[in-house]
Formats: sequence, C-alpha cells, structure tokens
Amino acid sequence: MNITTQEKPAELAICARQLNLWYGTFQALFEVDLDIRKGMITSLIGPSGCGKSTFLRSINRINERLGYVRINGRVELFDQDIYAPEVELVQLRKQVGMVFQRPNPLPTSIRENILFGHKLHNKRSSRAEQDEIVESALQQVLLWEKVKDRLHHKATTLSLEEQQKLCIARLLPVKPRILLMDEPCSALDPKGTEAVEELIWELRGRYSILVVTHNMAQARRASEECIFMLMGKVVEHTPTHQMFVTPAQQETADYIEGRYG
Amino acid sequence: MDNHMFAATELNQKNQRTEKLVRLLFILMAGLLILPVLIILFTLVYKGSSILSIDFLFTNPTNGMTEGGIFPALLGTIWLVVVALIVSVPLGIAAAIYLSEYAPDNWGTRLINLAIINLAGVPSIVHALFGLGAFVVFFNFGTSILAASLTLAIMTLPVVIVATRESLQAVPHAFREACWNMGATRWQTIRRVVLPNAVSGILTGVILEVSRSAGETAPIMFTGAVFFSPFLPQGVMDQTMAMSLHLFVVSTQVPNVPENLPYGVALVLIGMVLIMNSISIAFRMHLRGKKKW
Ligand SMILES: Nc1ncnc2c1ncn2[C@@H]1O[C@H](COP(=O)(O)OP(=O)(O)O)[C@@H](O)[C@H]1O
Ligand SMILES: [Mg+2]
Repeated sequence: MNITTQEKPAELAICARQLNLWYGTFQALFEVDLDIRKGMITSLIGPSGCGKSTFLRSINRINERLGYVRINGRVELFDQDIYAPEVELVQLRKQVGMVFQRPNPLPTSIRENILFGHKLHNKRSSRAEQDEIVESALQQVLLWEKVKDRLHHKATTLSLEEQQKLCIARLLPVKPRILLMDEPCSALDPKGTEAVEELIWELRGRYSILVVTHNMAQARRASEECIFMLMGKVVEHTPTHQMFVTPAQQETADYIEGRYG
Repeated sequence: MDNHMFAATELNQKNQRTEKLVRLLFILMAGLLILPVLIILFTLVYKGSSILSIDFLFTNPTNGMTEGGIFPALLGTIWLVVVALIVSVPLGIAAAIYLSEYAPDNWGTRLINLAIINLAGVPSIVHALFGLGAFVVFFNFGTSILAASLTLAIMTLPVVIVATRESLQAVPHAFREACWNMGATRWQTIRRVVLPNAVSGILTGVILEVSRSAGETAPIMFTGAVFFSPFLPQGVMDQTMAMSLHLFVVSTQVPNVPENLPYGVALVLIGMVLIMNSISIAFRMHLRGKKKW
C-alpha cells in the first residue's frame, strides 16, 4: 500500500478536456480544460453569459435536449467518459443532481417531492423504506425538524429558502455523487442565502459540488476552489483564498473588483 | 372654490367625464351580449316548458311525431356523442401530447399544426359529405351510429387537440426540467407531472366538445341519423334518431305539430348542453382550486 503523499494527484470528480460547445453556429465554450476535485466545493464565477450554465449543463448532458447543440472534446466523471456511446443518460443523471436558480419543487406534497427520483429509478418499495428515505433526505438538508409534521402539505407552501433546500433534498435519495448548482441562492433573501450556503458547506465531503454564483462574497465564503470564466474560456482555477487575494490574471482581478458587469 | 394645490383642473374634469362615458358604453356592449342568450332561454322556457314531463323524456313519439315523447332521440344523441368521444378523445390527446412534448420544431410539425387549424375551419356540411363518402360508402359501415360518430369525431378532433395542447403547454417548463434532470424519461415526465397538471384543461376541452357535437345536425344527417325510427338503437351499426335532427324535423317537416313540442325539444337539447357545460366549469374550478404554483 502506498502512503498518500502530497505529490499524488488528487482524485477528480469532473475532468473536462478541450471541451467546445456550439449553440447552432454560436460557440459558447472554447477549449475548456478543468479538473474538479472529488468531495470539494468548487465555485464557478464569471460575468453573465460567459458560459457557466452551459458548462454545468454539459456535465449532465441536458444540453442535448436542444437539437441544435454540438459538442466536441471530452468530459470524464470519475474517470469515465460520459460522451461514450454506451452511456445511458438516465444512469448519468442519477449520479449528477442539478439545482436551479429558482427553486422548482413539483406541484405535489413535500413527501412526494422527495420520493420522486426514488420512484423513478426503483420498482417498488415498502412504506417503511420510503419513510426512512424521506427522513434521511430531509435530515441531510436540515429541514426535517421543520417539516416533519407536514410532509403531506404542498411543497409550494414552503418558503423559497425551504423550497430550495427541498430541491436539494430530493436529489439525495438516488445517491448522486456530483451536485451541480446553478446560482442556487440568487432567488433568496440574505437570510435564506446564508442558510442555503451553510447547507452546501454541510454537504461538503459527501458530494462533489460545483456551484455557479454571481455573488463574490458567497464564492469566497463557501467554496474551496474557484474557477473564473470569461467569454466561454477558463481564465483561472485556483484555491479560493488564493484567487481572492492574489489572482494570477489581470481579468480575474478586474472581475473580482467589480470592473465587469 | 379656493385654490387647493391638488384640485382638479378643467382638463381633469373633462377626462373624467369621458372616462365615465366610455365605461358606460363598454358595460352596455357587454350587456348586449347576454341579451340574445336571455331571450332564447326565456322564449324556450315560456313556450316549451308546458310539454316537459318525465313521460316526455322517456316515451316514444307517437301519432306521426305530433304527440308522445322524445326518448329515442335523447338516447340516440347520447349514443352518438359517447361513441364520438371514445374515438376523438384518445386520438386527440395522443396527438396533442406528441405535438406539445415530442415533436421537433420543423416544417413537418408546422404542417400538422396548419392542418389542424384548417380542419377546425371546415364547415360541418363538408364533414358530413366526407363522412358519407368515407365511412358510409368506402368503409361500408352504412348509415349507422358508427359512421355518424366517426364523422363527429373527426369534426371535433381539432378542438380536443388544441385544448389539450394548450393545457399541456400551460404546465410550467420548470417542472419538466426538474424531472429530466433527475433522469426521468420524457414519458415518465408526461405521465407523472405534465398530464396530472393539465387534466383540468383537457377535460374542459373535451366536455365543451361533447356539447358542440350534441347540437350538430349536418354531420349526422347523411351518416347515421334518421327522421323517425320506432326502435331504439341496439349497437353501433344501427341507425338512430337524434335530438338535433328531431328538432329540425318537428319544426319544419311534420304538419300539425303542437306549438310547444319543438320548443320543448329545443329546451331539452339546450338543457343537456348547459348541464354538461356547467359540469365542465364546476370541475375546472374544483381542479383549479386544488393546484397552486
Ligand atoms: N439555449 C441556448 N440557445 C442559444 N444560445 C444560448 C442558449 N443558452 C445559452 N446561450 C448562449 O450561450 C452563452 C452562455 O450562456 P450561459 O451558459 O447561460 O451563461 P451564464 O450561465 O454564464 O450566464 C450566452 O451568450 C447565451 O446567450
Ligand atoms: Mg446562467
């Protein structure tokens, strides 16, 4: 057995190589090379329209629903090429959960929201098993105590903050390994933002998390590594504290100091 | 008047007067719309209610259709509508699901949509002749409930499709995204999330269709409905009487009909339609009240 040394390359959750993506004739990603480490929170920052969401959506291959998207390059999750022909999208999306800007709970009860993914991917399960799944998912997002007495209420009766936590919770029963979050706090008030940030921090280690954010302070507080993108290209990828203290590139410094939109 | 800082100027007052006038005009116009409905209903009730009775609904016409009831016509209309629904509802909903959830946005889809719009605009007499040619003659169903109902189904198909497609599209896209991102297939998404949330709109469309096809005369006249039949239909290959045609017959074709008979028939027909429409509205309100997003 080897002793883990500093030199040993870190295990990767996401590895993109020379990733190009076009919407029709418009190129949105240019030769993106990224190594995103397992079990970490990595934040993805950059001005609006720079391709952050596009990158996220090419990790669970949801972009392909648009008929006019063309991709080349390579994306590997845990060393597996996800654009290989034998990849089953359902299996891929089980492993890669996505959280959106606006909380989008389904118009059913809290309980059914949590069980939705589970029921999609599993044939039958006993009532007791389901109860356990619901409790464990809600525990993980720190919502259990608050909603355990109203699991049958509509999910839309929750506050936005709670809805967003629910949207995170409903990904967990299918045991994803990667969580993608596209500006998960931008529809929330400062208190809600803080609560969801805390939750994301809490999930660190158990999941590999990639968070897109517009909020510098959030990236700085709540991530371990940080990626800065500009016009479809990766400009810089460093530990967060380093990026905010000594950015390597002039563009990064300009953006962090608020000189871009 | 002292000079209050916010007092109305002459221009303000003039605008206010115009405002009142315009509003009055609009109320009047809207009121005018209800008038024909009220007049029709009032006339029907006034002239036709004297003939209404349980017997009128549930006995055969007698004495050259100048006496007796309307039971064969009532039953016939129910047959025609139900068989038409059995055909048009699954077909229409399936087509709408394809168009709304699966069809790519290309010229083929646009062509289908164009065809649907045009189909909705075809006059019912043209449908009638098509039904005669296609179902009665070509498929050799003869003049029968089957042929008449198929004709009605084709005529009502566009409305079922459009109503369904619209209610499917009213389901927020975010729900679909949520499902797809959890690895649901398109069909799982449709069955578990989209359809349950669109059902009120679909039902409304369907029930409105029922009432429309109950009132149609032309499409069934050559294809399956008869002026008079002493027998009740036993199956889809039988001919049948129908309310709309019966109304036409007793109003214009039969001599010495008591005045209240046609009005009574019309009243029953309108009653059927109104009842179905109210059910549809009540149902929609019930479902609306339950859903929230
Ligand atoms: N569905 C789409 N079709 C065409 N162009 C798109 C689509 N989605 C995004 N784009 C374009 O791709 C670029 C990157 O968009 P996006 O990834 O949403 O940026 P970000 O999330 O960083 O704000 C933008 O210029 C945007 O206009
Ligand atoms: Mg975005």
